[in-house]
Amino acid sequence: MSNFSNNGYLNMELLRFTTAGSVDDGKSTLIGRLLYDSKSIFEDQYEAIRLSSERRGEHIVNLALLTDGLRAEREQGITIDVAYRYFATPKRKFIIADTPGHVQYTRNMVTGASTANLAIILVDARKGVIEQTKRHAFIASLLGIPHVVVCVNKMDLVDYDQATFERIKKDFQGFASKLNVQDIQFIPISALHGDNVVKKSAKMDWYMGATLMYLLETIHIGSDLNLVDCRFPVQYVIRPHADEYHDYRGYAGRIAGGVFKPGDRVMVLPSGFTTRIKAIDGPEGPVKEAFAPMSVTIRLEDELDVSRGDMIVRENNVPKVSQDLNIMVCWMHPRRLQLKGKYAIHHTTQQARCVVKNILYKIDINTLHRKQEDLEVGLNDIARISVRTTRPFFFDKYQLNRSSGSVILIDENTNETVGSGMII
Amino acid sequence: MQRYILNHLRELEAESIFVIREVVAQFEKPVLLFSGGKDSIVMLHLAVKAFKPAKLPFPLLHIDTGHNFQETLDFRDNLVKELDARLVVGSVQESINKGRAAEETGSNASRNVLQTITLLDTLEEYGFDAAMGGGRRDEEKARAKERFFSHRDEFGQWDPKNQRPELWNLFNGRKIQGEHFRVFPLSNWTEMDVWQYVLLENIEMPSLYFAHDRECVNRKGVLLAKSEYIRLMDGEKWEKMHIRFRTIGDMSCTGATVSNACTIEDIIQEVAAARVTERGSRADDKRSETSMEDRKKEGYF
Repeated sequence: MSNFSNNGYLNMELLRFTTAGSVDDGKSTLIGRLLYDSKSIFEDQYEAIRLSSERRGEHIVNLALLTDGLRAEREQGITIDVAYRYFATPKRKFIIADTPGHVQYTRNMVTGASTANLAIILVDARKGVIEQTKRHAFIASLLGIPHVVVCVNKMDLVDYDQATFERIKKDFQGFASKLNVQDIQFIPISALHGDNVVKKSAKMDWYMGATLMYLLETIHIGSDLNLVDCRFPVQYVIRPHADEYHDYRGYAGRIAGGVFKPGDRVMVLPSGFTTRIKAIDGPEGPVKEAFAPMSVTIRLEDELDVSRGDMIVRENNVPKVSQDLNIMVCWMHPRRLQLKGKYAIHHTTQQARCVVKNILYKIDINTLHRKQEDLEVGLNDIARISVRTTRPFFFDKYQLNRSSGSVILIDENTNETVGSGMII
Repeated sequence: MQRYILNHLRELEAESIFVIREVVAQFEKPVLLFSGGKDSIVMLHLAVKAFKPAKLPFPLLHIDTGHNFQETLDFRDNLVKELDARLVVGSVQESINKGRAAEETGSNASRNVLQTITLLDTLEEYGFDAAMGGGRRDEEKARAKERFFSHRDEFGQWDPKNQRPELWNLFNGRKIQGEHFRVFPLSNWTEMDVWQYVLLENIEMPSLYFAHDRECVNRKGVLLAKSEYIRLMDGEKWEKMHIRFRTIGDMSCTGATVSNACTIEDIIQEVAAARVTERGSRADDKRSETSMEDRKKEGYF
């Protein structure tokens, strides 16, 4: 066991990232390159896509077939749905949410972005910053992805020209200054030839920065989660029906923010009762402290009435409690958002109903302009709305906490998830 | 702040425990699909952690094709006894006897596809509304598109082109009467993660995963273990080999790999060096390019 711990196999960090690019930006090639160069493509997988490429009359092995898994995707040559890919280096394990780049697939990009630490945005060096680039950057910012890496791809087709790279970088920065992204980095690459993907390019000695892989392996993600505001949505109450645990009452859940310790004074919402934490049981047994995103069971000193949907917080740091929520919604269904319509709403472990009180404006995601003249919110639209819930919610601004600041809206007739929302 | 970081195995563990608890909170009658393979063993291990010190709040369901390795069945029964868990067995043989399913014929005959019928019948018979499976997205390209909470219509069908979007950790388990969900708590685990976790947690595994001597036949590159369910074709012969299994399914379609891996550490090293995927030795996946998607649409695991 010791040699595995020593070489890091059992002790790697997990980085989730999403990739966004327009059609033909070389996104699949880039992912293929990352997987191939990190030796994550297996021979039978490679052989299968080689045969498929051949059957389709393609001359080179089409790495896009690695990510297009469904029959319809292969037939139409397009990616329909988010696909998840996995690879690891000795330093980190990676989960890629590979999202289709088509105009109509904003909902997939939003889905992939919702759990990502980092977004890779691909720009074709010949085309520069185009509308879709802006859309991708906007969604990364809207979904609160802490790190954005802009890969200026196909540098080989612009003679590895530094001025082209610098111009695109400047254009992007100009647009991004209107957005809320903390950390943006730029890398000139050629996914096809591998320049600056895993290995440093010999053709761009003017570029002093890191390769994409180095960045993915080393970027600091320890501060991505909110470790300040303590939020524990109660997911399930554990009450063993055994004599030896007669008095056991544990509140199970996943910590959404902050660090909890036995002895902490806490408040339970919505009741407002206060007590102390008696003990915290982690998956490995009792722990001295527990932090986001751990799944634990909290026991309290006093016997209170606590159930699923309640939230345990620190007495002196409580979330907002209200029935009125202002949210930026991304609409994910062809049936339009109904003003005054009623929807089921899920937030942390709370489930309730809500009514759409107001649609304030829609966002033109190419220009970031607010549109107030057209308030029809359809598939892939992003709009600011206000809703009123049937009972009070305990929440934070999405910008402060992606877990206690997000909601989904569900059509009560079809049970489909129709909207995703970020609380403002 | 460095100390407030979970390593990848603990983060995956936290995610899976959250998902399993969410199933119990959102559904009335969940069940855990247990095949006796490493993924379902790890899933069961996580489920025990999710509810301790209480007992498992759901039974286990094993779809028994009648073509299982005896080692798998013994392991299953011991584990169930040890955990004091409830086990439901859905029998493919019974489905055949009742005329619900018809045995395939030919030298490559397998009961793999028939499992779907027995599975759906058993879910319906007991009224299970959520079935947790050990499927992982890294296993197969159709599985890479799966949700954690995967909706099935009243026919048990999966509609991959029309799945509910799944964001953050907000899971939508709403359904109408007669529909059910498949839930995959291990979605984000890879084969390597599973073995590393087995090592970290010291989880007992069936002997089939470790190298041993066994008589096998090499059929188009797939090494099939000797059993009454395999009939030799022209030119084939049984050979004694030193092998282990990377996945455990039916004796009729699970291929072995030549191996010397005797410990979990050995297996991890072997997986790290492997050049083919674990399902590369599964004859059931080789029937066509989209055989997994096709089976899953009908209601397969």
